Amino acid sequence: MRTPLLALPLLSALTLLLAACGSQPPAPEQAASGVESRTPGAVAVESAPVTQVKPDTFDAGSIAALKDPRSPLSKRSVYFDYDSYVVKDEFQSLLTAHGKFLSANQKMKMLIQGNADERGSREYNLALGQKRAEAVKKALALLGAREDQIEAVSLGEEKPACTESGEDCWAKNRRGDMLYAGEF
Amino acid sequence: MKFNRLVLACAAGLALCSVTARAQLTVEITGAGANRLPVAIADFTGERIVAQALASVVRADLERSGLFRLVDAGAALADSATPPFEDLKTRGADAVVGGSVVAGADGRYETRVRLSDVPKQTVLGNPAYLHSGAQLRATAHRIADFIYEKLTGEPGVFSTRIAYVVKSTGRYELKIADADGANDQAALASREPIISPAWSPDGSKLAYVSFEAKKPVVYVHDLASGRRHVAANFKGSNSAPAWSPDGKQLAVVLTKDGGSQLYVVNADGSGVTRIATSSGIDTEPRWSPDAHFIYFTSDRGGSPQIYRIASSGGSAERVTFEGSYNVTPRPSPDGKSLAFIARNGNGRFQLALMDLATRQTQILTDSAKDESPSFAPNGRMILYATEIGGRGVLAAVSSDGRVKQKLSVQAADVREPAWGPLVR
Repeated sequence: MRTPLLALPLLSALTLLLAACGSQPPAPEQAASGVESRTPGAVAVESAPVTQVKPDTFDAGSIAALKDPRSPLSKRSVYFDYDSYVVKDEFQSLLTAHGKFLSANQKMKMLIQGNADERGSREYNLALGQKRAEAVKKALALLGAREDQIEAVSLGEEKPACTESGEDCWAKNRRGDMLYAGEF
Repeated sequence: MKFNRLVLACAAGLALCSVTARAQLTVEITGAGANRLPVAIADFTGERIVAQALASVVRADLERSGLFRLVDAGAALADSATPPFEDLKTRGADAVVGGSVVAGADGRYETRVRLSDVPKQTVLGNPAYLHSGAQLRATAHRIADFIYEKLTGEPGVFSTRIAYVVKSTGRYELKIADADGANDQAALASREPIISPAWSPDGSKLAYVSFEAKKPVVYVHDLASGRRHVAANFKGSNSAPAWSPDGKQLAVVLTKDGGSQLYVVNADGSGVTRIATSSGIDTEPRWSPDAHFIYFTSDRGGSPQIYRIASSGGSAERVTFEGSYNVTPRPSPDGKSLAFIARNGNGRFQLALMDLATRQTQILTDSAKDESPSFAPNGRMILYATEIGGRGVLAAVSSDGRVKQKLSVQAADVREPAWGPLVR
């Protein structure tokens, strides 16, 4: 079980090495470019934006639906209450969409990153973020996603979406993010 | 082991990339002990620039400890000369230090020091040190350690090192510096967070958690060679490394079996064993210095509290009861007390110290965002992270709450301190 995982830090250490030495600006965090670049013609969008006509309907089971703002699959975040790792009812339909998508696309892999607000111990917040990621994973599994499709990890309080001190901001950071292969 | 060699090359590359403008940790004394011992440290005789530099580092060390009051010693004083005892008595000094620096033919120096009791007019010690010019500060710290131990009866920690993480825009550096903040060097630089550094008991390695793989992975980093290896990288998150007192094992938190749970692995990453089981969160393990217990944080009782479990196994015993949030247990080097972070009724996170025999707890700080306490190896001071004016700084407080220091780096956040062991 450990052999494929051991390759991860090596790859990223190399990436990091190149990135750290170069002068290019940092890549946006959790950039979603992987999936997008696989779409044919995506490069041409900038040069011919006006004439491009989007189809009126989309296939909810297709990979393109992950990026389509009209699809619930384009939403990836589940928010939690303070010190809680219970998935609230309002996120059930979102989780249902992703659970069904994973079930229908068994080759798709997902990384769920749990997050916590800044208050308190970093390691305890890491564990709290893990609980949140695992709560999302469990909900997806109940909807048909397979265990080997999903890895639940935590970023704790280390990668806040919002950096001010205050409940508005903290609420945005108590979150589980669903990322598909190529998006992390 | 092709893989290992590649990782080593990367680790070395990372260090090479990490040359930045000097941003040294500065230490500021913000509170001192009640009864500071008056001591006179004269300028040493010999090569003037070297001798003055030595004596000034010794003075700064002793003053920063908060246990000494510096008394003007007057003129330079050789180790072989009889100190002006009557004059020193009038100035109120209880002890005096003189010294001499002699340059040898090989470019090295011999520094001789004499510490004397002023009221008794007796010699307390007369050590000598052979050192290079580059070892000037290190020698001064050893002299300060000698004076500290002779006068207080406990080992000095001026020759120790500290590790901490500096966060500047989009960049994290794991730094190692002398206990006075000088000679800082980056062991690792990364775009992704680095947390929870922990020193091996012999001071040769650091275990830490790095997010460079987009998830937390535990590494062990050899400081002399810059080589590192993965100690725990299982499915899910890997975090909170703590060294066993013999340096052979690491307690870690893994989520491979669901939930954050406690495991022990060998320091090379082999032989993983689960040591506790709960349906909730178990994290932040720390061995007691006698290796009998592992202290940890758990929410098994409904709120995060500190527990301990015998390292041989068995059931967990709850240690903290007051309040609804007690985390990050750190047993003192003598095993008699426990530093931790408590959230108080007003929502402030403060450094607390519990006497493990009486379970009496004292809050040591008046700040609001304390984190990650770390004992000095002599148990006298506790280094911790806190926030001042929205910026992360390090602070240290004596275990009696009297001596206070602030350690900060200009225009950057400093966090995750870990005080290294005594070096012999």
